[in-house]
Order: sequence, then C-alpha cells, then structure tokens
Amino acid sequence: MTPLYRRRLLANRWNLAMSLGTMAFGMAFLLWILWVLFANGFSALSPTLFTQPTPPPGSAGGLANAIYGSVMIVLVATFISTPIGVMAGIYLAEYGKDGWLAQLTRFINDILLSAPSIVIGLFVYTVYVMQVGHFSGWAGSVALALIAVPVVVRTTENMLHLVPASLREAAVALGAPMWKVILKVTLKAVRGGVVTGILLAVARMSGETAPLLFTALNNQFWSTDMNAPMANLPVVIFQFAMSPFEDWKSLAWGAALLITLTVLLLNIAARTLFRQTAAGR
Amino acid sequence: MNFETVAARPVAAELHLPPVAPKMSIRNLDFFYGRFQGLKGINLDVAERRVTAFIGPSGCGKSTLLRTLNRMYSLYPGQRAVGEIMLDGENILAPGVDINMLRAKVGMVFQKPTPFPMSIYDNIAFGVGLYERMSPRQMDERVEWALTKAAMWNEAKDKLKQSGMALSGGQQQRLCIARAVAVKPEVLLLDEPTSALDPISTAKIEELITELKEDYTIAIVTHNMQQAARVSDFTGYMYLGELIEFGATDDLFLKPKRKETEDYITGRFG
Repeated sequence: MTPLYRRRLLANRWNLAMSLGTMAFGMAFLLWILWVLFANGFSALSPTLFTQPTPPPGSAGGLANAIYGSVMIVLVATFISTPIGVMAGIYLAEYGKDGWLAQLTRFINDILLSAPSIVIGLFVYTVYVMQVGHFSGWAGSVALALIAVPVVVRTTENMLHLVPASLREAAVALGAPMWKVILKVTLKAVRGGVVTGILLAVARMSGETAPLLFTALNNQFWSTDMNAPMANLPVVIFQFAMSPFEDWKSLAWGAALLITLTVLLLNIAARTLFRQTAAGR
Repeated sequence: MNFETVAARPVAAELHLPPVAPKMSIRNLDFFYGRFQGLKGINLDVAERRVTAFIGPSGCGKSTLLRTLNRMYSLYPGQRAVGEIMLDGENILAPGVDINMLRAKVGMVFQKPTPFPMSIYDNIAFGVGLYERMSPRQMDERVEWALTKAAMWNEAKDKLKQSGMALSGGQQQRLCIARAVAVKPEVLLLDEPTSALDPISTAKIEELITELKEDYTIAIVTHNMQQAARVSDFTGYMYLGELIEFGATDDLFLKPKRKETEDYITGRFG
C-alpha cells in the first residue's frame, strides 16, 4: 500500500465518518420529536377524538370541531390558492419568461415565500377581520391561501421548466395554439410534479398556527359556519397545551400527533406521485 | 444510382432548379439569432412531391433553414428571418400570417422522438382534432390510416390505449411521423429524423420517406450523406450559413460543381 493511497483511504474514512455523524445528529432530534409526540399523544388517540367537540376543562371530549374546522379551512384555502398558483406558474414559465413583469413577479413571490406567517396573519386581520368586525373561517382560509400561493407558483414554474423544449416544439409544430400546448401537453407531462407541489402546500398550511390566531381564532363548540370563528387543530394545540388542565394537555398532544401523521401521509403521497411522474407515467 | 439516371437529368442540374413545380420558393433569406447571422442570402426551390435534402457540417444552418419553413423560430424572441418564403403564392414570413395554420400545413418531425404524455391513439388524435371536426369513427379511421402510413399499424393496433412513451425509440419516431402525417400537411420537414435510431429503424424510416413523397413534399436535414443520397431527389450543401451548391442529388454527389462540396462529400473537408 503506497503512502498516497493510505492517505486517501484515511481521508475518505474521516469524511465519511463526519458526514454520517452530522446526519445522525440531525436525525436524532427528528426521532426525539417523534418519540415525544407518540409517547404523549398516543394515549390521547381514541374514537371520541373524532366524535366529540372540545370539552370544558375537567370533562371528557374530543377534537371533532377542530378537525372539521381544520379540514374545511385548509380545503377552502387549497381551492383558492391552487388555480391562482398554477396559473401564475404557467405565466412565469410559458409566457413571461425573462420579461420584466415575470422577473418582478418572481421576486415578489420569493419574498412572499419567505414572509413570516404571523405577518400574513396580521395582514389578513387588518384588511379582512377588522373590516367585517369578526373572526371567521373564511378569513383563516384567505390567510392560509396567501401562504400556499407562492409555494404552488414556485413548484409549478420549476416543473414546467423541466419539460424539454423539444416536446413543446413538437406540439407547436402540429399547429396547436399555445394554450392548448400548455394544457394538453406540457402541463400534462408534469402533472404529478404540480400535484406534488399542491400537496406540499397543503401540508405546510395544515400546521400553520400564527395566521389562524388572527383570523379563524377558535371555537369551543361544534360549528360549521365558515363565517364565524372556527375551531382548528393548531390553535387548539396552542391554547390547550399552555393550559393547566391535564385532560386539555392530553388533547393537545393528540392533536399534535394527528397533524404530524397527516403531514407525513401527505408527504408520502406527494413523493409517490412524483416518483411516478419522474418515471414518465 | 447509376450513370443512366444521372444522364437522364442533366437539364435540371444545369438550371439549378427542380424539373417539377416548386412547392416552396425561398428568396434572399437571411436569418438572425440576435446579432449572429445564421443564414445568408439563401435562394432555392423545394420541389413538390420530391425529397429535398440539406447536408453540411454542424452549425452550417441546415436546421435553421428547416425551422424557417414552418416558422418554428417564432417561438423564440430574438430570432428573426428576413426575405421571402413563398408557399402556394403566399409569403409565410409576412406579418399577419396565421402561424398555427401554417404549421398545420407544414408539419415537422424532430431529431429526438417526442411522444406526448398520452396514449398512442391520443398522440395522433391530438393534432387531427385541432383543425378538423370528426366523429369518433372517422377519428378511428384516421388514426389507423396514419399509423399505416408510418408502417406502425401492425405493431400498434393492439396497444392504442397504451402510453406512447412506453414504445421503443424507433417506434416512438414512427409514431411522431404518423402524428405529423395524420393532420394531412402538404409539406413535411424532417430534422435529422434518424440520428437517434438504430440501423433497422433507420432503414424503416428511409423506406417510409420514399413512400411518403408520393403525397407530400419533403425536406430533410441529415448528417448522414449516404442517407441524403439514398432518399433525396435534390440536395443542398450548406456551409457557414450559405447554400454552397444545390442540385439534383445524383449530380451533386457524382459530379459536384464546387470544390467545397466535393471536399465535403469525399471526406476531405477542412
């Protein structure tokens, strides 16, 4: 074994050990979080979680109103943000390209992408909640939509950039107008990736707390009225976890575990879909 | 290729013009990529129902020339063509030309197979549905007709609903040809259609080209000089954006008039 080879071997081992170490360091915290979550939340998981609304302190109850509220608020937010985000992404990738309007839009979108969510909550509080005079589920949806739009714009644009120019040219060469090329060929070629972006945005929205504090607030009772304050999982966690009541704390852990599992599921779904697109199906 | 056939066509070679009606006439065509001039004063006729080939080293402008014939370059800002390209008496470079309509008339097949992310059937129906309204039965017939034209029907008839992307490279390219033929264009532009294919697929496509010229005017760009000699009736040799020589294929290959052409086709280029 030459000295040079020995030195390379050692350097290789050292670097491999270091990168494995840092990976283990990061993973350890993630697993720790999951462990704490399961240890505390698992006992709270029960059928009543889905059937009964949040209880007053000292009595039994579930999270039904908060689950319903979260699902509705996120669903409406998704319906608002998906068309806006996808269409803006299409504009940037297919029409705007390097024009000044596209570059400006991209810049603003990037700012919005990294804007603190509490600022967005405050913004919707000022322009919507204060104007109508009360908190509401709608306001929560608007705030979450503002968080989702930049994510969807970004992924849609990036995905469309992956479409080879040759595919676009082939469709154009048949005499297809631009909008048909986009809808039937380019967007279709990356639909898995675009859906992945939407799912990731949904995952991001379902964990957001700050924007909902200012908009949907919370509701102790079963309510399906989107125009009234509405219960939702993140704010329930926020309130219950800081309360002195043991059964509320337990419910907060249950809610936390529920959100985590949902986000995990969405991520897995997104990844599976994306893999299928990458494989060209 | 023998000397009798060459002798049968001397008039055309001397005139530098095809002995048949021109389908497209290119006059004083300049092309610019931003400031770079990609084509310089091109003049030639593309003969109706004949195969016209363009050969020349990489970057000589042969693909650029092809891409002006259906105005594919219009997709990209900064690229522009100056001059005249007459198609059936209409200048396709003029402002106000319906570019989509033009492309429906002048079809194109590219170097790399580009099946759309949809079924084999829909790959073909996509283009047909753009300009023609027809019943599902008529569409079935058209799809069969186009696949038959592209020598694909036997291989594809049992998997019309399968994704076009699952086919082999050679099959994908023939699907692309079927797709281009299906809209019944008048001119077919082939941009190195076999450069990504194996010899057997290449032979199939060359056969196809010879059959297709009965109905279509074909312009083909190729890196393969044997291919140009095999399939084309007229050949143009291009170099650095200029058309150095243009004439009947047999003449150009057997007795080129210009020294540059001779050097290139005999491999003494440089």
